[in-house]
Amino acid sequence: MSLVTLTIDGRQVQVPPGTTILAAARQAGVKIPTLCYLEELNVIGACRLCLVQVEGARALVASCVTQAGEGMVVHTSSPEVLKARRLNLELLMSNHPQECLTCLRNTSCELQQLAAELGVGEIRFQGEMSPYEVDDSSPSIIRDPRKCILCRRCVAVCEKVQGVSAIAVQERGFDTVVAPAFLAPLGEVNCVNCGQCSLVCPTAAIHERDETDKVWAALADPEKHVVVQTAPAVRVSIGEMFGLEPGSIVTGKLVAALRRLGFDKVFDTDFTADLTIMEEGSELIHRLQNGGRLPLITSCSPGWIKFIEHFYPNLLPNLSTCKSPQQMFGALAKTYYAQKEGIDPARIFVVSIMPCTAKKYEAGRPEMNSSGYRDVDVVLTTRELGRMLKQAGIDFESLPGEDYDAPLGISTGAGVIFGATGGVMEAALRTAYELVTGATLFSLDFEEVRGLEGVKEASVNLAGMELKVAVAHGLGNARKVLDAVVNREREYHFIEIMCCPGGCIGGGGQPFPVDNEIRARRIAAIYQADRQMPLRKSHENPAVQALYREFLGEPLGHKSHELLHTHYTPRERF
Amino acid sequence: MSFGCKCGGELNSKLDALLEQYRGQPSALIQVLHQAQGIYGYLPKKVLQRVAEALNVPLSQVYGVVSFYSFFTIHPKGKHQIGVCKGTACYVRGAGQLLDRIKEELGLKPGETTEDGQFSLEVVRCLGACGLGPVITVDEDVHARVQPERLSGILAAYRQ
Repeated sequence: MSLVTLTIDGRQVQVPPGTTILAAARQAGVKIPTLCYLEELNVIGACRLCLVQVEGARALVASCVTQAGEGMVVHTSSPEVLKARRLNLELLMSNHPQECLTCLRNTSCELQQLAAELGVGEIRFQGEMSPYEVDDSSPSIIRDPRKCILCRRCVAVCEKVQGVSAIAVQERGFDTVVAPAFLAPLGEVNCVNCGQCSLVCPTAAIHERDETDKVWAALADPEKHVVVQTAPAVRVSIGEMFGLEPGSIVTGKLVAALRRLGFDKVFDTDFTADLTIMEEGSELIHRLQNGGRLPLITSCSPGWIKFIEHFYPNLLPNLSTCKSPQQMFGALAKTYYAQKEGIDPARIFVVSIMPCTAKKYEAGRPEMNSSGYRDVDVVLTTRELGRMLKQAGIDFESLPGEDYDAPLGISTGAGVIFGATGGVMEAALRTAYELVTGATLFSLDFEEVRGLEGVKEASVNLAGMELKVAVAHGLGNARKVLDAVVNREREYHFIEIMCCPGGCIGGGGQPFPVDNEIRARRIAAIYQADRQMPLRKSHENPAVQALYREFLGEPLGHKSHELLHTHYTPRERF
Repeated sequence: MSFGCKCGGELNSKLDALLEQYRGQPSALIQVLHQAQGIYGYLPKKVLQRVAEALNVPLSQVYGVVSFYSFFTIHPKGKHQIGVCKGTACYVRGAGQLLDRIKEELGLKPGETTEDGQFSLEVVRCLGACGLGPVITVDEDVHARVQPERLSGILAAYRQ
């Protein structure tokens, strides 16, 4: 294939045909500002901040949507280009609230960053403001159309990655707004609360519901016994909030930081991830041996749960009845732990640190109160915890490593891999294999179910039976697997589905920014954390064994059903 | 099947036939909406949901198209259609005052219908009668050089 040769800012660059000027410039080490651009997802040339001058062209062109041509001569920072970019940015800012100092995205806002980089010196244009009000109807996501610059990145992710399209561009002209159909409140439509929109929003037009105040209040209340659980994915991402490299494993610092905030006990969702494997693995074996409904599909991911309730209600009987590890934890904290420590459960306040905005919705579901109380009181995203630690003045990087508290902080490597796509499957296979065959696994690493490929398939020999499994992450990929099952094109026994691309490490509550390289580095950290654990199979977790001995009895037993299992609600498609 | 509107079963079976013809064809969205509005006179929510389902287009996108084009309306039309021309000539001759007056007298804003179902109001662009401005239309009739004071008399003639 012959390459295209062009000149960018006086230097020759060779790129494959079809490469955009933007990509060619990046290859040449020239940074062109972008705002609406989202690689492969939103390439629409709308914001006009990536304008460049092409010699011989009638006008400035948007480099994100213009292909490099043979012999093209491009100027990316001529006075004309800089002036046009700055003017376009000023126009975008003309109806943007000047609330930067008090904005949730202060210092993490792309619009703010561009205003600094492009040298906007003053607000020359004070335009009319958006006629729309803040939508705080959703327990997970807040929409603030006043701060929306209509880049459509959220719309692209919701449609193309998640296949949900809860939001789209409505109305026209100055009244244009990103919203659900009929401008309905987000909390009343088929939004699955995944928060991928909040992850790609360049401003604070879509963001997580901030609940840090509730946690500050609980921590300050001497009557409350405040316990915290941390999801597997948080330990490989929260370091990014403090300038550490993506993929830094900061488990010990995270525990230490939570203790310094004042939590009475620092526990780990990995413990109930191990417990999930005991229950879900037993459920799988039970369904296989008793002709139960197959394929069994995992139920850890609350965005995925709301998705199947809206879009595939006929498949609800295929879902595992297991609650997610977060909810199992809440139910046990206010029963088993309360009894064991002699604490009145009414005094126990359970906080979760999750990579996920949908977990906020999950914790508020009416059925999630099997302890007799609301099982999980407040869910904070990784981003919210990062903000709390900054407010508390905790110097995260210099913290010593500390250990989780017993017993709900004891876990195995099988628990930590829940944080990556394929992890629940792999953890389940490690346990199911040994429980069914009675043999010890030679290698614990099920490589076929790891990695960022959208849909992964594998087949495992389980005491003479070929167990066929599939793994999907991102709801668009989930659709592919489900449609193949519904149309009988594929037969599986067990399917893992995670709502977000990459699994929980790519969750909607994680630090900005996220791309596939960052996802891959967080995933690598998850498997490294797994290898570092002395125990790597859920059924070997001594705290889980003690839990069954002292309290639950056996997997799928009466008490398990009461506390650890749940049911689902079919919902309208729209 | 009830759509929560005054449309009878005959209209619904027309919609069924229309949707059957275009089932699974997202690219037919605009023409299907056009014909559906022809059937009902407007686009009720339930109809949009059925269009979305049949054509396999997300409802948010269906509503995006409906709210983009001023031709489409999600509000039932009144018995009589009032059009106020806001073309340049009519505008400078006082179309704005006419709209204010209609809002005062009927409580109507453009795109809306009175609660008694008698009148609905649209803003229209140049009707080609600039010399007669400001111009309003009521159904098929054109009223020229309308002063705000004359409005209630004009509309009363249609109200029965």
